[in-house]
Amino acid sequence: MNNQVINLPQLSLVLLVGVSGSGKSTFARKHFKATEVISSDYCRALVADDENDQTATRDAFEVLNFIAGKRLAAGKLTVIDATNVQAESRKSLIELAKRNHVLAVAIVFNIDPTICSERNVLREDRDFEDRVIHAQYHQLQRSLNKLRKSEGFTRTYILNSVDEINSVIIERHRLYNDKLFDHGPFDIIGDIHGCFDELIDLLQKLNYQITINEQGYQIIHPENRKIVFVGDLVDRGPKSPDVLKLVMSVVTSGVGYCVNGNHDNKLKRKLMGNDVQITHGLKETLAQLENESHDFKLKVKDFLDGLISHYVFDDGKLAVAHAGLREKYIGRGSARIRDFCMYGDTTGETDEFGLPIRYEWAKDYRGNTIIVYGHTPILEPEWLNNTINIDTGCVFGGKLTALRYPEKEIISVSAAQMYYKPIKPIGHNVVDKNDIILDIEDIAGKRIINTQLLNNITIREENSIAAIETMTRFAIDPRWLIYLPPTMSPSETSHEANYLEHPREAINYFHKRSIYQLICQEKHMGSRAIVIICKNNQVAKNRFKVTHDAIGICYTRTGRNFFSDNEHEQQFLEKVQNAVSKINLWEQLNTDWLCLDCEIMPWSAKAQSLIEKQYAAVGCAAEATLHEISELLLKTKNRAINQVGEIEEKFNKRLTMINAYRDAYRRYCWNINSIEDYKLAPFHILAFENQVNLDKNHLWHLNIINQLCDTDANFFKKTNYKILDTNNAENCDEVIAWWHELTSSGGEGMVVKPLDFTIKTARELIQPGIKCRGQEYLRIIYGPEYLEPANLEKLRSRHLGLKRSLALREFALGHEALNRFINFAPLYKVHEAVFGILALESEPVDPRL
Amino acid sequence: MLLTITTTNQPATDLGYLLHKHPDKLHTFELSFGNAHVFYPVANQDKCTAALLLDIDPISLVRKSKGNENFALQQYVNDRPYVASSFMSVALNRVFRSTLAGQCKDKPELVNQSMPLEAKISVIFCGVGEQILKNLFEPLGYTITIQQHILDEHFPEWGISNYFTLILKNNCTLRDLLTHLYVLIPVLDNEKHYYIDEAEIDKLMRMGQGWLESHPEKEFIIKRYLKFKDLADEALEQLAINDVNNLTNQYAHETVTEEALEQSTNLNEIRINTILSVLKEYRVKSIMDIGCGEGKLLKALASEKMVENIVGCDASPTALARAQKNLNLEQSDFLKQRISLIQTALTYRDKRLLGFDAATIIEVIEHLDQSRLDTFKRIIFEFYRPKLIIITTPNHEYNILFEKLVHGAFRHPDHRFEWTRQQFEQWSNLVADEFGYKVHFQGIGSQSEKFGSPTQMGVFIRNE
Repeated sequence: MNNQVINLPQLSLVLLVGVSGSGKSTFARKHFKATEVISSDYCRALVADDENDQTATRDAFEVLNFIAGKRLAAGKLTVIDATNVQAESRKSLIELAKRNHVLAVAIVFNIDPTICSERNVLREDRDFEDRVIHAQYHQLQRSLNKLRKSEGFTRTYILNSVDEINSVIIERHRLYNDKLFDHGPFDIIGDIHGCFDELIDLLQKLNYQITINEQGYQIIHPENRKIVFVGDLVDRGPKSPDVLKLVMSVVTSGVGYCVNGNHDNKLKRKLMGNDVQITHGLKETLAQLENESHDFKLKVKDFLDGLISHYVFDDGKLAVAHAGLREKYIGRGSARIRDFCMYGDTTGETDEFGLPIRYEWAKDYRGNTIIVYGHTPILEPEWLNNTINIDTGCVFGGKLTALRYPEKEIISVSAAQMYYKPIKPIGHNVVDKNDIILDIEDIAGKRIINTQLLNNITIREENSIAAIETMTRFAIDPRWLIYLPPTMSPSETSHEANYLEHPREAINYFHKRSIYQLICQEKHMGSRAIVIICKNNQVAKNRFKVTHDAIGICYTRTGRNFFSDNEHEQQFLEKVQNAVSKINLWEQLNTDWLCLDCEIMPWSAKAQSLIEKQYAAVGCAAEATLHEISELLLKTKNRAINQVGEIEEKFNKRLTMINAYRDAYRRYCWNINSIEDYKLAPFHILAFENQVNLDKNHLWHLNIINQLCDTDANFFKKTNYKILDTNNAENCDEVIAWWHELTSSGGEGMVVKPLDFTIKTARELIQPGIKCRGQEYLRIIYGPEYLEPANLEKLRSRHLGLKRSLALREFALGHEALNRFINFAPLYKVHEAVFGILALESEPVDPRL
Repeated sequence: MLLTITTTNQPATDLGYLLHKHPDKLHTFELSFGNAHVFYPVANQDKCTAALLLDIDPISLVRKSKGNENFALQQYVNDRPYVASSFMSVALNRVFRSTLAGQCKDKPELVNQSMPLEAKISVIFCGVGEQILKNLFEPLGYTITIQQHILDEHFPEWGISNYFTLILKNNCTLRDLLTHLYVLIPVLDNEKHYYIDEAEIDKLMRMGQGWLESHPEKEFIIKRYLKFKDLADEALEQLAINDVNNLTNQYAHETVTEEALEQSTNLNEIRINTILSVLKEYRVKSIMDIGCGEGKLLKALASEKMVENIVGCDASPTALARAQKNLNLEQSDFLKQRISLIQTALTYRDKRLLGFDAATIIEVIEHLDQSRLDTFKRIIFEFYRPKLIIITTPNHEYNILFEKLVHGAFRHPDHRFEWTRQQFEQWSNLVADEFGYKVHFQGIGSQSEKFGSPTQMGVFIRNE
């Protein structure tokens, strides 16, 4: 006896159909992985502890459906081991397959019921009456015809004997759209619509060698590139048959692929003799085909009939469809997917030209697979959420466009003429790519973010919850928010008398990790700010997609607008823009925007209410009462009550400390009357077009920044620095002396950084900076009296672990956000990383660190 | 922190007997939060001054309260060591316990003797303006001298602080003076360093005997002393004040709150009733209240049977937690089926909000930066697209009628903008046009001919 071969699509829902005892479970064990099979008996046991408890059937099938649904959604072949003899029970499973756009296959075990009865008798756990078996058998017989025809199975295999069952060989085959193994490289070509000459131009521009002989066209690429056509080969244009000839040779010779466009489909139906409306340029195609042979027309019909809705290439990294593809459709097949791939989605409404309004599915797309499509003519191809439309309306006098993959390069040729007048202007009513709306799902809940510098950074749900409020109520438009600065850890606590922080520990952090080349930068005491500056307002619109008129933005470390006053903001940004233009950084760096990491002074500009409510308030209360206390203690002492001497000394000292504390905060305050009162100290050139600079030596940054500062010494403030070799003791002493000098004259302190900015050793990511704050400055952090020996002792136990870990995670996320932005990642991807930083900032950590 | 008590009753040094502290010595007491010292800068026949000085260590203060998150995250820079607060009351009770108990072993006749007394609180915090200082002490017979300190003499433009030096003069018993200080110092400071429980009610009742029940500011004193509303209500009941709900707490905040401004007109209630009647008129069955806050509208909707499905959304998890409590959601399965609360944001789409009949966006848009309104309107009008949308926002013109509001100011510090009627209507008409809605407007609250109503409402109906 020959083996019965059963062909299963790799992703399908397989129903085993047969009465109890017909051998379904044995069959399933033999041919499928245990996890691929869901049996109703098992589900019954799951919910009722008893495989045969018929009262649990309903619940058991709910569980079965649920598990099957999850597996299919995840793209896993699933086998249902249940009797499935009633049409009703099969129906819900077929619907499940449809909902998940997978094919359903039935394997029917149609054997003599007496065999089944005998088997059941032998089984100890079964006490079925024959009556039940026979009832099932009759239901099966009634089902057989329907199973063969109309129930919605792609294939039905009926096995009529035990021998036949035993002879089965199962083969799994790929779906037609599965070209995961083909890694290209590809040139994906947009809607051609009979524009043959432009197609030839484009292929030549792409370096294809085209020859023609009696077999037709021969097309090869010296680097073995392959072509993928997005469909709509025909209609409207002058040479549809030639286009067909060329594309057919490409496809049959294996040099390329073609997906099904709606015009191609309509032509096919016409050629098959269906009654279709001769509109939208079909008339032209039919007229051109008049001159072709009958044989050719037959070939065209077969070719078009063989076109499939979409292809998935390169391990799932790339998919091509005519009008688009939803993430959940990728690599699956169903009538709905076929329709979607041909027509896209519509809102159900029509516009003023009577054409359906297209629903921009790409706005909702969140997949990692790149989707390349056409169908809707647009002026310029533009990326949106990992998708790109490359139909540039050649037949309407636009361009014929190719996307080179994986290079993501766009190559176009212009149409020689307008071959067909569009009903509405190209680009009309096409979704405005700038008008991007984010979804709460892009940020909410627990998230795991993979970054270049650190794998799998977890954002806990409670942190997201806290950050949603901050982000939505206070932060600027997400389109501007391409970065947030990470928190920075202080140095390990110093053990030197009178010091809580000292440069030695900061230097040691790096030295211990064999990082010897450091830069020590003066730490400005103002407010951290990120400044994005564009060459002009058009750049803001094109690159940042903002809809309002702006040349840039300046925002705080929590993503809030730095300026509440529009006029100040505008003047401020113009000053930065002028400076950049003056030294012609635009050309020097080959960019038309810059993102700068800065400190803006004075501190009081942004922290006024904190200063008034806390710093000045405490100073005011303390000074008032300490004066009086000193006075009364002196009076008491003068009454010869000498015991108070000790207390008097203590409180006099306190008064001195309060004065030092007041001096400490006053240094960082001055009044802002105009824009001239601000000082801007940039210290990193974070990113510009095509480049993130977190891998560049700090001297590179400071060198450019110093040029900027020299243009306007009143507005810009340079960042003083010292280069340090940690192996050189003299050098270290010099830097420490410099730190003393900085901090004793009122400076906040310094930041010690690896000269090379970002360092990742085999063991760990290195802190990009360790701050070391001055003795006087720390009064406003740890309190006026923190230097009292007893206090200082208590304060020395600080726990830096969490702070340091946050600093690294936030640094990795910021780095990631910038990289995503410069690589034109979808907005939601950039936002995810930036949001992660804000979320981590809600982690409760000692605020004084 | 420092308190001095002076008498000119002769012989003034009798103060030492009354306080049980010898004027020629330094007396030091160890308390849990630091040391208390009593000493006499002046002690002669005519005049005697006792000083109570608390030496509080701010660092151990913070360390000690580890685990209490609010305290732990507070910076070490705080005013606690310097200003008179509940620490002072604790110290008074410890150091002058006998005096407060009315005992004087050596000269018992002094206990009930009224005498000229002066108390000076070196620095006290008072966030609600100096009037309350007078209102608290003058009814008890004190003559009061107040000095308010400027914040920082180097920066005169920063203005005046909320710190005061207070001198109180009266002819009374020392015991009364200390009792009054014991209760009123923490009332003014409004920040207690220890947990307040029911035992505090007894303490307050005991200390307040004979003066608190007739004090015109008794409600204020009780509420501030006890801090927690439940306890305050109980205490007020003990004092037989029934009308608890009508308490006007005019000193509650430093700046007048939006609610307080609008309270006289009971605007919130009128607003909710107006919205309810619109919702009823259009017979909506499902409603999303966007920016539901603590759930005032949700609560009103809960008792409207016609509404089957209600969702309250807010970006603030704390607001949602409060709404959950206010609605008693945990107590009612019935309500839980009809009402759900979700955290979401006005500038992000949320699929959970698709398919509702109506959206109410009540006093919310003014809390958004104007630059985000474009995103907001698309999310509401383009994505959610309910049949009915109600938006209310303050009518800025009406602000001029709020006496307590500085001219030109917004009603709430978080308002990013407030619109005149013309501005709101212009924006609404454009939005309605753009997205296929019809809009009509209605004022909510008392109507002024010139300035309109305090709240303005736009009712948007989707074109079918």
